[in-house]
Amino acid sequence: MDMNEIKEIFFQECEEQLAELESGLLKLNDGDRDPETVNAVFRAVHSIKGGAGAFGLDDLVSFAHVFETTLDCVRSNKLEPTQDVLKVMLRSADVLADLVSASRDGGSVEESRTRGLLKELEALARGEMPSGGAAVETPKPAPAKAAAPAPAAAAAPAPTDESGFQPIPFTFEGFGADEPAEDLSTFEVTFKPRRELYAKGNEAALLLRDLSRVGEMSINCDMDQLPAFDKMDPEEAYFTWTIQVKTAKAEQDIRTVFEFAEWDCDLDVKLAESSAEELPMVPVPFDLSILDDGASDEDGDDAGAAEAAAQAIAAAETASNVTKMAAAAARVEKKESQAAAAAAAAAANAANAANAANSAGQTIRVDLDRVDRLINLVGELVINQAMLSQSVIENDTTGTSSINMGLEELQQLTREIQDSVMAIRAQPVKPVFQRMSRIVREVADMVGKSIRLVTEGENTEVDKTVIDKLAEPLTHMIRNAVDHGIESPERREAAGKNPEGTVKLTAKHRSGRIVIELSDDGAGINREKVKQKAIDKDLIPADSNLTDEEIDNLIFMPGFSTADKISDISGRGVGMDVVKRSIQALGGRISISSRPGNGSTFTMSLPLTLAVLDGMVVTVAGQTLVVPLTAIVETLQPEASAIHSFGANQRLISIRNSFCPLVDVGRILNFRSSQANPVEGVALLVESEGGGQRALMVDAIQGQRQVVIKSLEANYTHVPGIAAATILGDGRVALILDVDAVVAASRGQSLRQDTGMKSDMSLAATG
Amino acid sequence: MSYAVKNLAQGSRELIAFRIGDQEFCVNIMSVREIRGWTKATGLPHSPSYVMGVINLRGAVLPIIDLSARLGMRRAEPTPRHVIIVAQVKNRVVGLLVEAVSDILTVTDENIQPVPEVSSDLEKQYARGILAIDKRMICLIELDALFPDTESEVA
Repeated sequence: MDMNEIKEIFFQECEEQLAELESGLLKLNDGDRDPETVNAVFRAVHSIKGGAGAFGLDDLVSFAHVFETTLDCVRSNKLEPTQDVLKVMLRSADVLADLVSASRDGGSVEESRTRGLLKELEALARGEMPSGGAAVETPKPAPAKAAAPAPAAAAAPAPTDESGFQPIPFTFEGFGADEPAEDLSTFEVTFKPRRELYAKGNEAALLLRDLSRVGEMSINCDMDQLPAFDKMDPEEAYFTWTIQVKTAKAEQDIRTVFEFAEWDCDLDVKLAESSAEELPMVPVPFDLSILDDGASDEDGDDAGAAEAAAQAIAAAETASNVTKMAAAAARVEKKESQAAAAAAAAAANAANAANAANSAGQTIRVDLDRVDRLINLVGELVINQAMLSQSVIENDTTGTSSINMGLEELQQLTREIQDSVMAIRAQPVKPVFQRMSRIVREVADMVGKSIRLVTEGENTEVDKTVIDKLAEPLTHMIRNAVDHGIESPERREAAGKNPEGTVKLTAKHRSGRIVIELSDDGAGINREKVKQKAIDKDLIPADSNLTDEEIDNLIFMPGFSTADKISDISGRGVGMDVVKRSIQALGGRISISSRPGNGSTFTMSLPLTLAVLDGMVVTVAGQTLVVPLTAIVETLQPEASAIHSFGANQRLISIRNSFCPLVDVGRILNFRSSQANPVEGVALLVESEGGGQRALMVDAIQGQRQVVIKSLEANYTHVPGIAAATILGDGRVALILDVDAVVAASRGQSLRQDTGMKSDMSLAATG
Repeated sequence: MSYAVKNLAQGSRELIAFRIGDQEFCVNIMSVREIRGWTKATGLPHSPSYVMGVINLRGAVLPIIDLSARLGMRRAEPTPRHVIIVAQVKNRVVGLLVEAVSDILTVTDENIQPVPEVSSDLEKQYARGILAIDKRMICLIELDALFPDTESEVA
């Protein structure tokens, strides 16, 4: 293994660390205060720094070092990870990612960007709070900057000089105004466990830890009741905890934490006075090790409640060591079986926590080529098995031989193998979703909006090729949503909405496909404007009467862009039609629904894999063809009365009173020279790229089947009108029709016939 | 290519000879992957007349070339006795339909005579030499020249 290979591994690991870093920061941004999250973030930056140092990547090391120092302040509770702090950190994570890719691909990162952020990070580490104005400090085109109202900058003057960032003294009044969304209240919780609590296997430390997840808390333990050592009953409860919880959640949420211990302790939850900080009680930072020490210092050597508690804490600390904890808890109370149940519940809780902490399962890195080869081989196995069954059926007239049963089992096995092999290629959509959060940040910064990206179902799995090809259209749509979808903060406020916009990205499995939804809570589609624009651009006739849905779908037409001004973010007129085409190229569909004033939702439905395709097997002029099912709207048996001749050579079919051009697939593909009689065939109504419908004429439908896609280009060349090939159960090759190309060719053909060049039947270039 | 050059230097090489109509041809054995029987091919739309279609070669889609038509002779009417020579041409694999494989020859450069001056460009394009073996005439053809680069660009 040479140096380059090691370096390659380092960069691969960097990718993982960066993903970890970003998801950790986003978690913190959502109010997660779990020290483990902070540690994970810190570790990620630290490992990148370490690796970069080994390869002498100085830029990376120096940036990571400052970043790490600031994170260390958060880790040691010296710096409060507020939203403003996290904003700086998220941007630092972006720069770190850029630095990593620059080191790998030999590019460079704008020095002003890194320098500006370094200053901000250093300021944070010194304990100076960031000013909201810093958000526009990074070099940006002037108009964008002017447009940016810097939502958080209300209390802080924006810096005038781009390079000379000046830390601005920070007051808490200003801070309060910064975060109108955060409505924090302080609760005072008094928690005095009785001995029954321990007897039932509950554990004060675990409850307190759960409580710490509700909000930021400071804790004080009252040990006054603790008797002298010789008088101590090891199974008695002596401690009382007073906890101050600062949280956005309701009192009920705090009570929920103690749900299972309610009857075994004295619990008092009340809203603290607003001047909570001035209470005489000294808040001690919540640290489990203190609890641990306190307990073990006081208790005796006998196996008692206190010791068991200490053991339980130790066990809980190493969260994964669940069994040990359960054992310890069980030892406390052997008499009651109920106790065991409670212990099991507690153990399950701890196990959940442990799972959350190291959710990443065990993985191995495998070269993609190897997986692909395996998939190819399994594909052949499936075909071979189908061929075998077919020939057995042909040669076996009795039908119930043991061979048949064996074949059926073989079929099930091969199908299972195919599914599991496909699952290897399946990857969670998380990396793409994570990339989107960065795009939202950057674009929102650029246009001066404050936008939050909410993602759901990141662990939904889909074939890696689909994921790779999904990034581009998704980026496009996210930019659109941020730029056009969400209104400016002022307008949102005027409309009575939260000035911070929300873009929601969700993924889920539905009937063998993956459905990705992108919704925003913006203004929705301005139908009047869209329709006017379409009329102006000659996309629709001026007097056309369209339903709301039809108007919404106009945005997918080629050459349509509603942006009033062309920005570098969107509005180059290559917007949604490109998105639609790339989704269709993946065998997917896209649709939009919009409610004025409430935002729009784009719904994409994609196949789980690109290696197989659901197709309709049809016969055309003696040839077997496969038509992708996604393209077909409906199939129908034309009646003679529905066929109308149109012009010299064209024929139209009337479907529910609308006329649709009839396309003879056999002629387009040169399989026959004369037009077939439509009444003898079947018409497939298809929807093509341009949005228009066409009726494709085929001779007969054989059935519907899932087929494995094989490339024609690998050994031959692209064939116009044909998307790819596949191998059917009889071992023969069948061609997969490229519906869009055939429809495009049918248009070209009618044009040529007008100019009398009838002989030229070759297909128009598809593009 | 490099193998051919190396062999040329050593002065000897192996060729595989086959028959189309009443003529015999040969190609370098190193470019031949396998030889298999004729199976019916699936026709391709808008293809040149010498492309017979594609067949399934253990899961890969293999285009079949009617070598007779490609060499400018009359089109073949395949029977079960025809064979397909699966050959590697540049970075792709093609099947060549021929009537029968007749021989495997080991020859040195001295055995190969230059192609005589003929008027047709087509023969000049693919013929690389002529061998006289047992009073038979065998034409050495260069497969790379039969399938020019235009197609390989697509991949």
